[in-house]
Amino acid sequence: MRNLSSFVSGSLFGLGLIISGMTDTAKVQGWLDIFGDWDPTLAFVLGGAILPMLVTWQYAKRRQTSFLGSTLSEPPEQKVGRDLVVGSFLFGAGWGLAGLCPGPAMASLTFNGTSGVLFFVSMAFGMWFSVPLLRRIQLNG
Amino acid sequence: MIEQSWVYGLLGGLIIGIAASIYLLINGRIMGASGILGGLVDGSGHNSWKERATFLLGLIGVPGFVVLMFGVPETNITSNGWVLVAAGLLVGVGTRIAKGCTSGHGVCGISRFSLRGIVATVFYLLAGGLSIVLFKNILGVI
Repeated sequence: MRNLSSFVSGSLFGLGLIISGMTDTAKVQGWLDIFGDWDPTLAFVLGGAILPMLVTWQYAKRRQTSFLGSTLSEPPEQKVGRDLVVGSFLFGAGWGLAGLCPGPAMASLTFNGTSGVLFFVSMAFGMWFSVPLLRRIQLNG
Repeated sequence: MIEQSWVYGLLGGLIIGIAASIYLLINGRIMGASGILGGLVDGSGHNSWKERATFLLGLIGVPGFVVLMFGVPETNITSNGWVLVAAGLLVGVGTRIAKGCTSGHGVCGISRFSLRGIVATVFYLLAGGLSIVLFKNILGVI
């Protein structure tokens, strides 16, 4: 059951990403290009995605467990540390450079050819590499 | 006059929000693309690997299926290998250090009024904007 609902969720996520145009790197870079020919589409995507989640969070707050009985989302971690700021900054730099963030990179994997695969493999390597990297530079805190 | 791409953006966004709601209410988890993949890649999410794998199967497979039926949408992805590798590494390392990306911190964090989600979003948007200025306007590599 858990695996079925996660499949449905992933499928809808992928569907939403292609319908919204988030898999178009030019559109994403157009949104980040505030000094150029600014494309506001992404604001509608983010706003549209936040709307149902606003309702969902209000409902989720009143529940202890999910429908399948697992503990529902521990209270949010509120510590704003260097790792959050530095990590988000690095992520944003890469996002602007290629116009892809993790969701759309995977949603477009089947039709982005070798370029899409190269980005995905580099991203996955970066995710794996970040563990020993973090241990070394001790950015936590 | 509302531009068509905004309507599609809003519609697609709503579907993404519903996807995140399902993942939260049924699976009890935050729908974050980088976290779901990252937990598989570095092994930290091995206890929930099936849930992660089925999510990714839908995320990767269903758009592939849709494209087979309706044709490939515009992607405009660069063919510059150095740009792809550098950007991929930055996105991979950055999202793991920050523990989230546009879906986890952006969609799920902001809607929860999470301070971390809001701060992360401010910084990745800022860096994204600066990245365009640097790589497009100054260096001209994109």
